Amino acid sequence: MTIRWSRVAIYGALLFFAVLYLMPVYVLVITGLKSFTEVSLDQMWDLPSGLHFASFRDAFDRLNGNMLNSFKMVIPATIISCLLGSINGYILTKWRFPGSDILFFLLLFGMFIPYQSVLIPLVKTLQQLHLYGSLWGLVLTHTIYGIPITTLIFRNYYAGVPTEVVEAAKIDGASIFGIYTRILFPLSLPGFVVVAIWQFTSIWNDFLFAATLTSNPDVQPVTVALNNLAGSFIVEWNVQMAGALIAALPTLIVYILLGRFFMRGLMAGALSSS
Amino acid sequence: MSKGEAAGPRVRGGLPRLDWKRARRFVTSERAIGMGLIVPSLVAVLVFVYGFIGWSALVSVSNWHNVNPDYTFVGLDNFRDLFKNFRFQIDIRNTVAFTVLFVGACLVLGLVLASLLDRYIRGEGIFRSIYLFPMAISFIVTGVAWRWLLAPRAGVNLLASKVGLSGIHYTWYTDSTVVYVHQGSRLADALDAIGLGFLADPNFGVPLAMISVVIAATWQMSGFVMVLYLAGLRAIPKELKEAARVDGASELQVLRHISLPLLRPVTLSAMIILGHQSLKIFDLIVSMTGRGTGFATDVPALFMFESTFRANNFSRGAAVSIVMLVSVSVLVIPYLFWSLRRESRL
Repeated sequence: MTIRWSRVAIYGALLFFAVLYLMPVYVLVITGLKSFTEVSLDQMWDLPSGLHFASFRDAFDRLNGNMLNSFKMVIPATIISCLLGSINGYILTKWRFPGSDILFFLLLFGMFIPYQSVLIPLVKTLQQLHLYGSLWGLVLTHTIYGIPITTLIFRNYYAGVPTEVVEAAKIDGASIFGIYTRILFPLSLPGFVVVAIWQFTSIWNDFLFAATLTSNPDVQPVTVALNNLAGSFIVEWNVQMAGALIAALPTLIVYILLGRFFMRGLMAGALSSS
Repeated sequence: MSKGEAAGPRVRGGLPRLDWKRARRFVTSERAIGMGLIVPSLVAVLVFVYGFIGWSALVSVSNWHNVNPDYTFVGLDNFRDLFKNFRFQIDIRNTVAFTVLFVGACLVLGLVLASLLDRYIRGEGIFRSIYLFPMAISFIVTGVAWRWLLAPRAGVNLLASKVGLSGIHYTWYTDSTVVYVHQGSRLADALDAIGLGFLADPNFGVPLAMISVVIAATWQMSGFVMVLYLAGLRAIPKELKEAARVDGASELQVLRHISLPLLRPVTLSAMIILGHQSLKIFDLIVSMTGRGTGFATDVPALFMFESTFRANNFSRGAAVSIVMLVSVSVLVIPYLFWSLRRESRL
């Protein structure tokens, strides 16, 4: 019997934590669904009287342009940084050259730097290139600073592909491109999913670059717009909550549908598991 | 010795002759193409990471304190001013307090969740997804949600009074109190006895408002630590734990004497990754509390941002960023060497 009770305790603890972790979502959802007359702070934890979508409509009207900006920034930056990372990972594992370890170390360190330490030159450079304040400036920025992590994940992924396969293809006369397009690329589709999810999530969620490289509200990604919305005293807090939920939705959907790959990206980013 | 080297450059008339055969073989070799493919990425990273760091370092030793760039060399003056700056001193204290509390909370919670899940749990996948989902959300969303959850007149306080705990009037992130060990107190004497007497100082205090930020950040990041620990626990051979249990060890003893020592590399990775994140923390502060009353929740990243882009004091902003870079490097570079060496040994 004692064993049974310990099982009950474990499940009880797991459920307790699950409720704790879901609590903010509960508040976000019920607040967003309340009618404007119901949203006093005293009733914060009470369920809404019915399904009112007015707050979501209001928040969406305020944020939809910025949501679109985020998509326009995230999609190209994700695709380009994935491709670059894949090629780099391929070269670094299968065509090692003298100094490739040092280069890899330099790339890796780029993943950890506080971006504050490149911010001033970045702003000045993008101004010179006439990319400051545009989504293309953000695409370029996210692509370049995404290279270290995408290279790392693909390198670890390709390290698992037996070198004999590549050597055999070399002997058969396959070129460097042939080996990539016919052997590694088809093998690495799951790797692409992992890296793409990782990049999509981190670029979508970025605030620092978005806030410093764009000043025009029409160009700003949704994280900046949400922060402005939440900092405004004239916007009701149920609209803020609805806005937060809308801004989180794309990455949450990706997480719910492809959580398995998301977790693998996390592990790859942690290095130790490689 | 290969053929190429045997026919290597011979000295004629004092000048080495270029071995065309060898050079051409190198240029057209696939390896050279490989290097060519990686060059654009490398150049981009070298310029945008290392070049820009150098440029920031240059700004940090210059006299650029308004909108007009001024690269007059002033040595380390900006750094000297910075460490004398009242706000920056508070930022350092806040960062230390935040880092210790946040990393500690994440490690404990992550380990607890992982060990609960590592027991053949039905629905493990669902629980894991619930604990991990905050990782997929931006810190801005987290900040907006938790600002309301920890608002003194709403959120958690309100919930507590609803379930009957009406005595709680904790003011969360609006509290400007800084708690520290007072010199001469019993605790200070105890710290002194173990050689940690220097901690009894307001500079090692904990601003209570920071605890709210720690809660939000832990909510977001503890799932990540759970995933790391869970993978680590799964890698421990079952026989080891079974043998200990057969010998009569309790679950806690198994955890303490078998799992934890074997999980040390995981703990180290988690500490480094969370630690370097907390040194850079920015988004969550901006969206949740701002600098706070009496800079109670101010951090270097926010100081850097405001110095540079609000006050146009570029040299001070650059100096803050260089201090941040150095502190992250001290943490990360040894770790990178350690994990690369570990990897090559495997």
